[in-house]
Amino acid sequence: MAHQLAPLPYSYDALEPFIDTQTMQLHHDKHHAAYVNNLNGAISNYADLQSKSVEELVKMLDSVPEDIRATIRNNAGGDVNHTMFWQIMKPNGGGEPAGDLAREIDRTFGTFDTFKQQFNDAGVKRFGSGWVWLVKNNQGTLQITSTANQDSPLSEGYYPIMGNDVWEHAYYLKYQNRRPEYLNAWWNVINWDEINRRFAKSQSAT
Amino acid sequence: MAVTQPPLPFAKDALEPYGMKAETFDYHYGKHHAAYVTNLNNLIKDTELDSKPLEEIITSSFKDSSKVGVFNNAAQVWNHSFFWNCLKAGGGGAPTGELAERITKDFGSYDKFREEFKAAAATQFGSGWAWLVDDGGTLKVVKTPNAENPLAHGQKALLTLDVWEHAYYIDFKNARPSFIDNFLDKLVNWDFVAHNLAA
Ligand SMILES: [Fe+2]
Ligand SMILES: [Fe+2]
Repeated sequence: MAHQLAPLPYSYDALEPFIDTQTMQLHHDKHHAAYVNNLNGAISNYADLQSKSVEELVKMLDSVPEDIRATIRNNAGGDVNHTMFWQIMKPNGGGEPAGDLAREIDRTFGTFDTFKQQFNDAGVKRFGSGWVWLVKNNQGTLQITSTANQDSPLSEGYYPIMGNDVWEHAYYLKYQNRRPEYLNAWWNVINWDEINRRFAKSQSAT
Repeated sequence: MAVTQPPLPFAKDALEPYGMKAETFDYHYGKHHAAYVTNLNNLIKDTELDSKPLEEIITSSFKDSSKVGVFNNAAQVWNHSFFWNCLKAGGGGAPTGELAERITKDFGSYDKFREEFKAAAATQFGSGWAWLVDDGGTLKVVKTPNAENPLAHGQKALLTLDVWEHAYYIDFKNARPSFIDNFLDKLVNWDFVAHNLAA
């Protein structure tokens, strides 16, 4: 059973003006689709790996055959990261989190604004391609991290609660070299309901 | 003695008939390359590196965990200055002369070299560079992530292609293979490569 590209949960223009229509088309239909295709190609001769979810694959990198390990890492990572990315955004999003997650952010970072600033800083500092994350680490506390390329926090035993894609393909058509501007604008399309749900899941997952 | 950004060796619209818009150079030369120069100068200001040649800043900071920012910015300054010289309106195709002989000797044929270079550029996952290098007398194709370059690895750089997404997103969007083909068929400045080989 081959992996399927998860459909975008809203229209291509739904995140305008913060993320432009053409970027969404290319990002989902070309970039994300390529990760799924490359993953399916890599595991086409490995029946035992075909039954694994992408989450399972990025958690078990050490035990996948060495000749396809980098391909799995990059493409299962690319799939799981992007599927989350589309879900944690929505049209007319933004604002601030509520409930348990809001309390945990305040407890860890002091204020929501401090959290946001540290998250953006980590996104600016990621040199080259990668992601910036809010994770639940293996001590069970919230932490801002960043990974290179398509590496998933799941591979380190961290649960990704939310993450922003800082590959240039995520913002180049609209923001060009201005990654900080993109990172700031992104908070306007955040789907806190979905992120709250992921936070609740992280509490039961570890 | 700050590091400086050399001028672009052609008009920013010179490559428009060959697949690369002036807008690409407005950003790539005017913003990305310029930012690496500014960042580097800020990082080395009032340090002993300030008076060192760029090449020495690169080799001395490579793999030094306290100088990651210096290495990244210094190498990116050098890589981009080198890259602009690798581009020429109406270049590309197979080289001639001694360079052609060396490529045939070490790769089998120009087509084999082309295939290897294209594969390296296409498979550098994430941001990075593809290179033709002289490695102790043998020509080789290598790829490097992010800012890494042949200098850091003790090889002589002969030719490079920037495969960070910013290098091709305005002109080719996600289609990196088209950008690579366009470079190899219409842009490679073989005179510069021959000059590097002879140097
Ligand atoms: Fe992406
Ligand atoms: Fe570049």
